[in-house]
Amino acid sequence: MVNRIVVGAHYGLRDWLAQRITAVVMALYTVVLAVALLVMSPVTYDSWRALFASGPMRVATFVFFICLFYHVWIGVRDIFMDYIKPTGVRLVLHVIVILLMVGYTGWAAQTLWRL
Amino acid sequence: MSDMTMKKRRPKYLNLAEIRLPLPGFVSILHRVSGAVLFLMLPFLLYLFSSSLGSPESFAAYKQVVANPLVKLILLGLLWAYLHHFCAGIRYLFLDLDKGVDLVSARRSAGAVLAVSLPLTLVLGVILLW
Repeated sequence: MVNRIVVGAHYGLRDWLAQRITAVVMALYTVVLAVALLVMSPVTYDSWRALFASGPMRVATFVFFICLFYHVWIGVRDIFMDYIKPTGVRLVLHVIVILLMVGYTGWAAQTLWRL
Repeated sequence: MSDMTMKKRRPKYLNLAEIRLPLPGFVSILHRVSGAVLFLMLPFLLYLFSSSLGSPESFAAYKQVVANPLVKLILLGLLWAYLHHFCAGIRYLFLDLDKGVDLVSARRSAGAVLAVSLPLTLVLGVILLW
């Protein structure tokens, strides 16, 4: 039995919830994109570009990426917490993942707003 | 019997070759593996996304990359990883809502995850990649 008082600090509840909310957002976006892809198949550069250049889709895609990178951070952090025991190594890996996610966000934004 | 001897006598099956996972456990470890694989392949996927949208020239280059049979195979694997993670994730959302947590339904829904994700990978893979 684990005795802990679940008050004060977050005890992971916020991340647990965020992991699920981001999952639902991504699932909805995935269905929308899958339908769009099946409708416009075969994809040409013009139709592909037009899809993401439209305002709502551009913003939705960016929201998807933000959710994806936050979801990845929580998931990968959980994996590291399970298998990587030395605190120093784990800290370094966590920092690398965070920096990667920040970088990927910039890359996604650049790709979408260059259109 | 003291706690110490109890602990010592507990059987441990940490040998990967000896572990026999029940179906929900199998789906669960695949959820983790597929997530890890998708994380590791993110740079490649973002590169494909960015080059497909950059310009007509980079789109042509992207087309050439995904025309490679080896790349197609990798993308099929990643499509499976995404769809497995997607289906197993939806199952977890229901389990979180206390739906289907008894042994029989949990086993059945774990089987359903595989029964949906694997054929869906083949169908979408053929449509989108070939």
